[in-house]
Amino acid sequence: MQRFSGLSLLRRGLAGQRGWQPQWRHAEPKPAYDALIVGGGGHGLGTAYYLASEHRLTNIAVLEKGWIGGGNTGRNTTIIRSNYLFPESAALYDHAVKLWEGLSQALNYNVMFSQRGVMMLAHTVHDAQVAKRHVHANRAAGVDNEWLTPREAQAFCPLLNIGDIRYPVLGAALQRRGGTARHDAVAWGYARAADALGVDIIENCEVTGIRRNADGAVEGVETTRGTIRAPRIGVAAAGHSSVVLKMADVELPLESYPLQALVSEPVKPVFPCVVMSNTIHAYISQSDKGELVIGAGTDAYTSYTQRGGPHITGHALEAICELFPTFRRMRMLRAWGGIVDVTPDRSPIIGKTGVPGLYVNCGWGTGGFKATPGSAHVFAWTIARDEPHPLNAPFTLERFRDGNLIDEAAAAAVMH
Amino acid sequence: MLLIECPYCGERPEPEFVYGGQAHVARPRVPAEVSADEWARYLYLRNNSRGVHAERWRHTHGCGRFFNALRDTTSDQFLATYKVGEPPPAAAKVAR
Repeated sequence: MQRFSGLSLLRRGLAGQRGWQPQWRHAEPKPAYDALIVGGGGHGLGTAYYLASEHRLTNIAVLEKGWIGGGNTGRNTTIIRSNYLFPESAALYDHAVKLWEGLSQALNYNVMFSQRGVMMLAHTVHDAQVAKRHVHANRAAGVDNEWLTPREAQAFCPLLNIGDIRYPVLGAALQRRGGTARHDAVAWGYARAADALGVDIIENCEVTGIRRNADGAVEGVETTRGTIRAPRIGVAAAGHSSVVLKMADVELPLESYPLQALVSEPVKPVFPCVVMSNTIHAYISQSDKGELVIGAGTDAYTSYTQRGGPHITGHALEAICELFPTFRRMRMLRAWGGIVDVTPDRSPIIGKTGVPGLYVNCGWGTGGFKATPGSAHVFAWTIARDEPHPLNAPFTLERFRDGNLIDEAAAAAVMH
Repeated sequence: MLLIECPYCGERPEPEFVYGGQAHVARPRVPAEVSADEWARYLYLRNNSRGVHAERWRHTHGCGRFFNALRDTTSDQFLATYKVGEPPPAAAKVAR
């Protein structure tokens, strides 16, 4: 791997940007590996990287049906935060934030992690009570979160309209360690670092079946590029997790919905932070390219089409125009959808399945990007040791049978 | 935005409707007598089909009635809508 540094950039720049190598090999599938990861998004690539770097499992491959980072990793609004209500969630997401803080150095790849602060607005008395409960719960759990008055919220984000709107801003919860990262760079950085450790990244390779032996344990997969054998398979297939796991007769409590986002024309830096409103439902930040990045809600119905209805994005834009009247003249350039796998309690499932050798990391719903390094780190541990890391131990598939839900759906007080 | 054919009112735009999830999920008659696995299956497991999906809709801003539909989740095309109590049309047989 060519390491990146200020000196190497300068040297190649002076040489006319010639001599750069591809950042990862275009690997051909081998007949057998020690482990396979299904899904070449951030979670899958990260899992491969941590399997290789922390668990010395380097004879492994990542199978991606399209191109890496072409799914939800490249379609989200890049928001990172860890201010979840329940201790299990806050611990898992904060594990991710801590890894984010050192990720560019660890991967030798600039993922543009920017801790610009995530501000979640409260518009009703109920919102304010819920937000304050989150603030107190987070602080008790050692996760930063603070309550701002409307004036303080406006000082933190000067374009915010706090008064002259249908649902005035009554305050906000601010997590200063939250922020954004460059989503593509996360996929590319993990791919490059995993490849350097010997991991095969195989694109355009769709899994069409899971092979099991007489004992029921996995022994490999059928793909569009042939059969690949492996005694351990980790599935991180986001919206298509149900489809993949059905190949091994594992049913998941998931429903897949389109989630849409859109970006505006690029403008000069005007927006210093991330602002979210659960109640009037909009998410906004500004990318380093200058586009306003806006997140909308999910569509009402399950779908695999990667597109949704314009009335959903329209609703998000109405909320944005109320909160930030100055953006009313902005033009939107692009809108798209991703397919998100939603669990009944809006918490992920990371762990073993009933099938020996088959592991699943799914159910991240509308908020998986923020967890990428933490999710990948504990999933790699789970695959390598055949037991969950303490941080993902509560996030089992069995919790839906046993009633141990981690109910962030109710806690978020979002109209899901 | 979807155009949805209400079996009572005809074709209307999606914002008139509320989605009601997977259709034909039968509640166990005596919940106390089923196992935890069966109860979890009823509460939480859905087939999440990639392909033909039988689902409920309610025409909230119209007749207010529930009905069922078959929709292809890879294209969002409706294949059929039918009244509650009616068996799903033959296309349901091809559900993946």
